[in-house]
Amino acid sequence: MASLSSWKEIPLGGLIKEPQSSRYNKTGSWRTERPVLEQDACIRCTLCWVYCPEPAILELPKPYTTKKGIKYNVTYEINYDYCKGCGICSQVCPTKAIKMVPEVS
Amino acid sequence: MQRQLTKERIGLTSNYAAAYAAKAADVDVIAAYPITPQTTIIEKLAEFVADGELNAEFIPVESEHSALSAMVGASAVGARVFTATSAQGLEYMHEVLHIASGLRLPIVMATPGRALSAPISIHGDYQDIMNARDTGWIIYIASTAQEVYDTIIQAYKVAEDPRVLLPVMVSYDGFLMSHTVEPVDIYPDEYVRNYIPKFIGNRPRLSPNEPITMGPIATPDWYYEIKYQVIRANKDSRVIIDEVNKSFTERFGNQYDVIERYMTDDADYVLITYGGASTGNAKEAVNKLRENGIRAGVVRIRLYRPFPAEDIAKAVEGAKVIGVIDRALSIGNYIEGPVYNDIASAFYTLGVEKPLVSAIHGISQRAMYINDFYQFVIKLKDFYESKSYPKNPIYLGLRE
Repeated sequence: MASLSSWKEIPLGGLIKEPQSSRYNKTGSWRTERPVLEQDACIRCTLCWVYCPEPAILELPKPYTTKKGIKYNVTYEINYDYCKGCGICSQVCPTKAIKMVPEVS
Repeated sequence: MQRQLTKERIGLTSNYAAAYAAKAADVDVIAAYPITPQTTIIEKLAEFVADGELNAEFIPVESEHSALSAMVGASAVGARVFTATSAQGLEYMHEVLHIASGLRLPIVMATPGRALSAPISIHGDYQDIMNARDTGWIIYIASTAQEVYDTIIQAYKVAEDPRVLLPVMVSYDGFLMSHTVEPVDIYPDEYVRNYIPKFIGNRPRLSPNEPITMGPIATPDWYYEIKYQVIRANKDSRVIIDEVNKSFTERFGNQYDVIERYMTDDADYVLITYGGASTGNAKEAVNKLRENGIRAGVVRIRLYRPFPAEDIAKAVEGAKVIGVIDRALSIGNYIEGPVYNDIASAFYTLGVEKPLVSAIHGISQRAMYINDFYQFVIKLKDFYESKSYPKNPIYLGLRE
């Protein structure tokens, strides 16, 4: 239900008939600062993944090799559709690999 | 199926009448917490369940908040449910009252009215009911045990109609009705169940086979529209309420309307009342007034929400002065009678320019004498003759 419908069209009592319809709400638009992850500084500790309340940290099976030659089997990325920019990931990151960057400069 | 209606006349309190009606409705789940003066409804239902006369889940919960919450859950999966409460219990349920109507669940609840603490009172009035008036529930106020029995049967018919889907409260006088015995015609359970059959497809319900989400958060983009659905459902339920009054008469004989008129056709002075004792005493006073040449009448409000404004306005068309007897309080309001305010607002909107006088009586079951109603009408007559009307309610029965 992407468009704002009339009271006559909304299911009775606001009930939701379609499972997982919350995915349609791209809550990332609430963000004022976006986390930006520096892949070379990331040590794949998963702390951001654990702490993200959304969860908007994606653990992807993409191999990655850093400039120093360290090989990882996974890559962490941020799902900006749903990340609200709370900054928790940036706070918990032990290597300061996640920086919060203002959406509007 | 029983096609021929046979009535059995037995002596019942209004509370027992409510329990008999819930049994006749073949409710699936009952959850309640005891509170005076409601307790004997639930006692009787517990007895019906224990004796195997009613096949229902009886959940003795730890509070009224839980009672109505359990009803919300059971109704959400499609069960026909019943609960009852009064006073502090209705207050404790209050937030769930809004949830029940917002989720559009056809819960039926009996609520003998009682005064609110403090000071602690177990006695009857309608303060608790009036506090629930803005919750989206359909509210009936019955005036006899027969009407309590019949109205609870009607309540299921109205609540579960797919055009309505709202909870319904059936109220009446705490103690003065809840604990006094009247003759009541009860109908065979099968006959009642044939009138209010249980439908499976009449509303959305929680089911593992077809998952839906009930009660999600609504952002400001959505909340207003969903509440407007409740506004419309409550307002538009009037059509169904009228239909049900009619079909009930055809099926069971007893006649009901949203208001009751007593000698209003030629009445100069009309008392507007609700509940059993107020109405009965007002009618008796009207009889005596008419013996003395004063043309008085009574309009009793039976359906309180949705408010039958136009019906009341029509019933008092010929009146010179109208007195509204409230057994509840709206403290801090310019006039403290809550139903007075409903009527004043309705009349102003409808362009009915009649002098209205508020009276408060029967608070915490302060004795209401027929003579109080008689003297109130005499006062209305004096006001009319002097063309001077009070700017405050008249507190009948209060020690000055």
